[in-house]
Amino acid sequence: MFMPSVVFIALLVGIPFVLAVLYAFSDARIGGTSFHFVGFENFRSILHSPSFRKALQNSIVFTLCAQAIVIVCSNILAIALEKPFRGRGFVRFLILLPWVAPVSLGTIGWKWILDSIYSVITWVLVALHVYKPYSAPMWLGEPHLAMASVVLVHCWRLIPFSTVIMLAGRSAIPREIPEAAAIDGAGFWRTLFQINIPMMTPILSVAVLFGIIFTFTDMTVVYILTAGGPFDSTQTLPSLAFATGIAGSDLAAGAAISLFLVPVLVAVAYLMLRVAHRAEVV
Amino acid sequence: MSARGAARRGAARAMHVFVLVFFTGLLAFPFFWMVIAAFKQNIDLYTVENNPFKFNLPPTLDHIRLLFGETRFVRWLGNTALVGAIVVAITLLLAVPAAYSLTRLTGRWGERLGIGIFLTYLIPPTLLFIPMSRVVAILGLQDTIWSVVLVYPTMTIPFSIWLLMGFFKSIPKELEDAAMVDGLTRFGAFLKLVVPISVSGILTVVIFSFTLVTQEFVYALTFISPESNQMVGVGIPIFLVRGDVYFWGSLMAACLVASLPIAVLYNLFLDRFIAGFTVGSIK
Amino acid sequence: MAIVETRKLTKVFKEGELGAVNDVSLATEEGEFLVFLGPSGSGKTTLLRMIAGLEIPTSGEILIGGQVVNDLTPRERRIAMVFQSYALYPHLTVYKNIAFPLKAQKVPKEEHRGKVEWAAGLLGIGKLLDRKPRELSGGERQRVALARAIVRQPAVFLLDEPLSNLDAKLRASARQELEEFQGQIGTTMIYVTHDQVEAMAMGDRIVVMNFGRVHQIGSPAEVYGDPADTFVATFLGSPPMNLVQAGDLIVGFRPENFFPVARLAGQAALPADIRIQERQGPFVPLRFRISHEEYLGADRITYGLLEGDRFDGTKVISRLPAGQSASLPSGSLHAFAVAESDLRFFDTRTQVKSAAKPYPWA
Repeated sequence: MFMPSVVFIALLVGIPFVLAVLYAFSDARIGGTSFHFVGFENFRSILHSPSFRKALQNSIVFTLCAQAIVIVCSNILAIALEKPFRGRGFVRFLILLPWVAPVSLGTIGWKWILDSIYSVITWVLVALHVYKPYSAPMWLGEPHLAMASVVLVHCWRLIPFSTVIMLAGRSAIPREIPEAAAIDGAGFWRTLFQINIPMMTPILSVAVLFGIIFTFTDMTVVYILTAGGPFDSTQTLPSLAFATGIAGSDLAAGAAISLFLVPVLVAVAYLMLRVAHRAEVV
Repeated sequence: MSARGAARRGAARAMHVFVLVFFTGLLAFPFFWMVIAAFKQNIDLYTVENNPFKFNLPPTLDHIRLLFGETRFVRWLGNTALVGAIVVAITLLLAVPAAYSLTRLTGRWGERLGIGIFLTYLIPPTLLFIPMSRVVAILGLQDTIWSVVLVYPTMTIPFSIWLLMGFFKSIPKELEDAAMVDGLTRFGAFLKLVVPISVSGILTVVIFSFTLVTQEFVYALTFISPESNQMVGVGIPIFLVRGDVYFWGSLMAACLVASLPIAVLYNLFLDRFIAGFTVGSIK
Repeated sequence: MAIVETRKLTKVFKEGELGAVNDVSLATEEGEFLVFLGPSGSGKTTLLRMIAGLEIPTSGEILIGGQVVNDLTPRERRIAMVFQSYALYPHLTVYKNIAFPLKAQKVPKEEHRGKVEWAAGLLGIGKLLDRKPRELSGGERQRVALARAIVRQPAVFLLDEPLSNLDAKLRASARQELEEFQGQIGTTMIYVTHDQVEAMAMGDRIVVMNFGRVHQIGSPAEVYGDPADTFVATFLGSPPMNLVQAGDLIVGFRPENFFPVARLAGQAALPADIRIQERQGPFVPLRFRISHEEYLGADRITYGLLEGDRFDGTKVISRLPAGQSASLPSGSLHAFAVAESDLRFFDTRTQVKSAAKPYPWA
């Protein structure tokens, strides 16, 4: 009874995956019908291209920065949400909005918040006299600020997801263990770092690994927020692949760029299997 | 209770409240902001000196009227709903039997195939979209909603199978054996016994698949060009911008209308999704 | 070593409802093994947790070593606790588990090994120091929990039903080890259990609780032989004390004090003969119709009804050593008796011990 699904997936995932590899070694273009193998030509040219190298660097940097921030914030938030309080359900709903709303729409919201002229952040900073009117930086217009904005939006999206997973992980720790630690003399920080977090390692790993995937393979945030600009400073591998392959009609180069996602995905998949395996052994 | 104990508890409380207010504010702010922008008159919206937090001129329904009357917004909502419904149906049709038979498969193969299927969920659209666009073109589905109807199940089915396997595993085999002793065939037992018990699991799959359709961006952007056939998640950022001009009021209204119902729906089933994500790491 | 004292301690979880612990005042003695005994929901665990600092009292005071500790965190109270599930840190080795309190209290690292090995030696787990908790048996885990508790040399030990997770056979030997352990170290121990056999075997004194209230505090002999009310009377002892309604009073007598007076065929020494010699004073004759009996090897438990105008129809139980009793056929009627000195009286309305005696006694 599972054959239909397996066949469906094998066809519609397996074949495109193989095609992606084939394209990367070809000269395919949108609209054209030519298809010749060109060996490693595509890879050579993109590896020489500075925008590719920037995109690769960005992909890695954005992902790592976002994950670091998300882990810390979601831990704090999970601790705050643990004990029941009045209105907790409503607070949870609000906190989850970034994750449950469609990516593109949340990102547009941020685009409006970070708008170069009408940004509410600018308004507040001007009102606080941090900047003179009309002299505040362009949040999406200056390369470093734009990069920070992309990371910000990714964090904003991921914190709810991570928090919920952390909450699940914390609730799986039997109540008596932190109590024993309290009686043994451990304070808040020692209990957190030496007891809670080590016991939550499987869950933490899952949250981190999924978070890495969501950030590393996302092109929506970049596409909508900055379109890769200014001057390609916020391009990431997926967004560059789209810009090159679809917008730029160079299917082959686009495919080659997107293949660079594979090593990271393989590593993540391997680590996830390790975590799942360990969980069963314990 | 002495002052010292009360003071210590008071400080902890204050910290607690601060953390909650800070994060709730940060995370929910953009949506609050959407609400304000959606109802502000353009003059108010685009005057830099005005305090953005209040309505300096009375609120207006103009943006909403524009959105529903002069754009294809309603059409996009309809497209998305239709695609969502069909994809949900396809997913259920394929994933439910698959999950069931994989769970009941004796030996390690069931587990292995299950994990293999789950791993395909890790292959992102941003890797496959380029060759997929060619496949879609060859099949003649380019620029129609059927392109995504075909492709979205590749994303919903793996995760759904994984979710459902978790559910079916918790139904003891003895229940079905008893039903078969009572005269049902294995398929009859499945239909009359397993499915009703797993209603919440199946509901979770429905919600998950539907929300995935609404969230998806890359495939819809790649496969569908004409405005009237587009999904709402792509239509809003692409087509509500005329040239370089952003109609922020209508844009925000659109985001709000499209996000909130989905958010409510997803929220109701969150705990089950998390169970699926954590791959049984929590016992 | 310290005395733990509570003064009018109350804990209410939900406003308007009966508290989990109501107005409890008690004090341990130096170095004693004090048992909190009661059924589930009696508040004994809540009481223990308040002493530990894990629950905040609604009102009342807790004193350790003469100092009010209400505002002190658990770690400031110098207590050690063993949980029902032992709460061993699963990701740490046995050594690290035992060393954890030392680390937390910032004891210099050089001293760790000595102290851990001392505690492990005391409990005979020296060989297990490199294992992880999941590799240990239930009994071994309990010993690790005890080692972790003793390593900081606390003033008071608190134990929350530590034997209930062990299977029956292990429980008896673990109980013995615990008693020896306490005797060795001499620290004041407060032990929570619902098992009255454990309480009687281990406790120097027992605090009998129900619905958050203390019913009686006394030595095993006191709570067993001289119960303060019908709850204590029936909670201790298995089978429970026989209670017979006599107007304003309830008359109680233990199954082992209820025996036949006429010599029955095939019996060597009559229990009555032995008991009459042991006790002075009058006996109360009762007519006992047998319904069924249980032969337990060492004991024989006989169930039946009293007959006679005063107590007709009351269900009572007799318990005698199997060697000193005979199997009585179901449905037969026999002359049984209880020594008057073995009778206990309780007021019908308040259920509390009463000094009055029903008169005339017939």
